[in-house]
Amino acid sequence: MLSTTMKKNLASRILALNSIVFFILCLLPLHLQAGPRGQPKEPIVFENPQVESDYLELSEELRCLVCQNQNLIDSNAELADDLRREVAKMLKKGNNKEQVIEFMVERYGDFILYNPAFKAQTLLLWVGPFVLMFFGIFILLKKIRADKEEKNTDSSALSEQEKEKLYAILKNK
Amino acid sequence: MKKQFMTPLIIFGLLVVLLVVGLMKAKSVRDVPSPLIGKAVPEFSIPTVEDQEKVFSNKDLKGQVSLLNIWASWCVSCRAEHRLLNLIAGQGIKIYGINYKDELSDARRWLSAYGNPYVKSAHDITGRAGIDWGVYGTPETFVIDKKGMIRYKHTGPVYQQDIDEKMLPMIKQLQAES
Repeated sequence: MLSTTMKKNLASRILALNSIVFFILCLLPLHLQAGPRGQPKEPIVFENPQVESDYLELSEELRCLVCQNQNLIDSNAELADDLRREVAKMLKKGNNKEQVIEFMVERYGDFILYNPAFKAQTLLLWVGPFVLMFFGIFILLKKIRADKEEKNTDSSALSEQEKEKLYAILKNK
Repeated sequence: MKKQFMTPLIIFGLLVVLLVVGLMKAKSVRDVPSPLIGKAVPEFSIPTVEDQEKVFSNKDLKGQVSLLNIWASWCVSCRAEHRLLNLIAGQGIKIYGINYKDELSDARRWLSAYGNPYVKSAHDITGRAGIDWGVYGTPETFVIDKKGMIRYKHTGPVYQQDIDEKMLPMIKQLQAES
């Protein structure tokens, strides 16, 4: 059986070994990491400010399909970068925003849109919150009205009989 | 029980049902439905991995039922499904490949190391063909009919179950179509 000190010794050795392995791993060139390869990327540059603002708008409206809760402009994913470039290329060629959106939806479906189209499938999505809101307001108003009515017929107010009784008591005094 | 207690209870019950349905569906949320199903394969014409002098184009996908598999040497799940692809290719199923954003030498090394189940693979170094195919995560596998129409899409590695229950029956059925 190992004594406690031996155990401690062993533990610290394993720890030291782990740190060495970790250190060596850190020295490995980053390009050994798995991931898509391709030519080095150049920054996307615009000459026309209108095209640039269209590009920025679209990159915010379009979803990155790899990291699904990010839009294209937020995402570092390789695919997001490719799609941003595609958007930029199309806009520079003179395509308008609608054409770019159509292009993306043809390939990736409605899912790529952060602003889903208004149609039968997405009706609940668009209308649902308003329906709930009006339902809430309706309930609230009903409740307020009910409370008011209750106040008008205030139970603490005296009935005719009670009033007579009260006068009788006061007179007798 | 009084009515005023029932109302919140009913609302709560409905909410639970809604959330449970949402949770059950969550499994399939990652699978983005492909708008390409029922459409002709996108046009492309790209030099092949095996021989850069030869091209693989959308015209090659007409006249037979085939699978089209998007793969890459850097893609770990592609390696997971590779054995199965070799297996079904050996059974006579035609599999075409699109090698997505890969270095030629890496792609070739991969094929010689793990076997080549593909009739041929397009070397899509830029990933542009991938965009036309709506690729968002390798591996992806499409079933293509004789007319060159996309009939089914599977995202992620293919497992035996997917092949037995979905792809093989579908291929058989499509082969029977004229």
